[in-house]
Amino acid sequence: MSDKSASAYWAANIRLITICLVIWAVVSFGFGILLRPLLSGIAIGGTDLGFWFAQQGSILTFIVLIFFYAARMNAIDRDFGVNE
Amino acid sequence: MDQFTLNLIVVGASFALYIGIAIWARAGSTSEFYAANRGVHPVLNGMATAADWMSAASFISMAGIIAFVGYDNSTYLMGWTGGYVLLALLLAPYLRKFGRFTVPDFIGDRFYSQTARIVAVIALLVISITYVIGQMAGAGVAFSRFLEVSSSTGLWIASAVVFCYAVLGGMKGITYTQVAQYCVLIVAYTIPAIFISLQLTGSFLPQIGLFSNDASGAPLLANLDGLLTDLGFRTYTEHHANTLDMVLFTMALMIGTAGLPHVIIRFFTVPKVSDARASAGWALVFIALLYTVAPAVGAMARLNIINTIYPNGIDGTPLAYADQPQWMTNWENTGLLAFEDKNGDGLIQYYNDANAPAIAAESGWAGNEMTTFNRDILVLANPEIAGLPGWVIALIAAGGLAAALSTAAGLLLAISSAVSHDLIKSVLNPGISEKGEMLAARISMAIAILIATILGLNPPGFAAQVVAIAFGLAAASLFPTIMMGIFSKSMNSTGAVAGMLTGLVVEMVYIFTYLGWFFIPGTNTLPNTADNWLFGIQPASFGVVAAILNFIVAYVVLAMTKPAPKEIQELVESIRVPRGAGAAQSH
Repeated sequence: MSDKSASAYWAANIRLITICLVIWAVVSFGFGILLRPLLSGIAIGGTDLGFWFAQQGSILTFIVLIFFYAARMNAIDRDFGVNE
Repeated sequence: MDQFTLNLIVVGASFALYIGIAIWARAGSTSEFYAANRGVHPVLNGMATAADWMSAASFISMAGIIAFVGYDNSTYLMGWTGGYVLLALLLAPYLRKFGRFTVPDFIGDRFYSQTARIVAVIALLVISITYVIGQMAGAGVAFSRFLEVSSSTGLWIASAVVFCYAVLGGMKGITYTQVAQYCVLIVAYTIPAIFISLQLTGSFLPQIGLFSNDASGAPLLANLDGLLTDLGFRTYTEHHANTLDMVLFTMALMIGTAGLPHVIIRFFTVPKVSDARASAGWALVFIALLYTVAPAVGAMARLNIINTIYPNGIDGTPLAYADQPQWMTNWENTGLLAFEDKNGDGLIQYYNDANAPAIAAESGWAGNEMTTFNRDILVLANPEIAGLPGWVIALIAAGGLAAALSTAAGLLLAISSAVSHDLIKSVLNPGISEKGEMLAARISMAIAILIATILGLNPPGFAAQVVAIAFGLAAASLFPTIMMGIFSKSMNSTGAVAGMLTGLVVEMVYIFTYLGWFFIPGTNTLPNTADNWLFGIQPASFGVVAAILNFIVAYVVLAMTKPAPKEIQELVESIRVPRGAGAAQSH
């Protein structure tokens, strides 16, 4: 693997990681804690959407994020010919 | 058949299963002892990681911690799952590519320094032993209940069982045993939760039941909030805690997850780099099965407890002490639940003393009479509180023990490999024989269990709280160093060692200041209350502050010294690319 494609591969990886971590932070620290007051108008089962994100939604999103990252990363590995 | 016999049969059968598997897969060579020849499928590895991960803290303790606080303790749920995202994205694939057995191996080789390796070993030991204290505390509670002994006797029995169990097999024994343990613990956790959700809300899924209407036709959470307000407690669903501390606590649990040696070690055992990414996802699927049920268990148990004590509503006559259900008697015998009839009326009143409701004065209540309710008993008592059949009660005891044992075994493996492999074989005595290495591994396990048991007699908190402290330590010390090892090519050994030491020492001092020096009860410098914490940041949350200091110190030192040598920078380049990940070597 040439230096140029190595740095392109790493840059693609970092870009994907950044996108995933932004979502990771928004659903947990955002919707679950800091942005909860903004979501307080959306009622759900005796409480609000922020409570649901803190106790259910963030966890479900985390699972989707990991499999999304794994699948995208496998594709990027193949594109750059560095898959096993 | 009485409950005691039934407990013994179910717990005994589950143990026979684990021991049978451990003997069948008994570790022969040292490489099998540590990493099972990398022959484990990602789904099975995910399941074993989930069993390894979900300890007494998750199984026995967490729902109780949430039940008595409510929304504010959602931090445990988000923190202990969100860390897997960091693991999958930032650490697992690269550590797998690097191909070593242990975390100190990685740190020692990446930072080309025996000092870095030794500091990593020390951090690992501090983290793991703290973690084991929490496990022993939880396992002690479980044993004390199902063997009907006092909580300290239960703890000593737990420590004997963990010792026999961990010394018997290595990782290979543990991997397949842990798959079995996962199955036992998840069945044990979800069955009572499904029953209770059906009873209270008619919904089969507790995750849905939590947000459904109960028999009154109003949402369950709204009714719970109403009852708690009437009894002078804080509402369940609203935000009461210090927001800064909530954010930092969640973050500490997340980055602590990604720095935990016994979890990271799991990702060394998958065949390929792509499998390491998927394994983290599978682990989280299996973990989420419990973590999405836990908040429902907490809220529903709190509601059931209130309804047990006030069978006729809060305005009606409370439960008479003489009429108490069997579960109260059973748990009173362990000393973990206690009542005191302060106004001598023979009835039990449960309310918040600090904010007594009007009815307390009107009805001549003289204080809250449920004086002790150890949070760690809630999950174990839950099926009894809901009046479920005897086999469900026996099952939850088996599940709690599976959770505590599997994690204790994984931690003890991490401790023993750090001592025998990273310290003795790599630093002190490179010529040690395989036999000698195995012996050193087992002796270090025994010492770790003994320390954890003695400190577990008076643990610095409930199981989940002690474990959270271990996460604060992992967040402060190992996580930043491993991150810099992968994402900063130029980070050198001096910077890494200085950063790691800063993070570890700052977090240890902060923890010991409030929880007692080396967790010895009564030796704390300041009382462990929010008023005394810096900016209201509790000891576990402070791990994030210490982690930030770790990064800052490392980069400042790097700026003043020479960057890592060329061959190390090339090594870092190579771990960033999956191709060529062969089997790991010890050295």
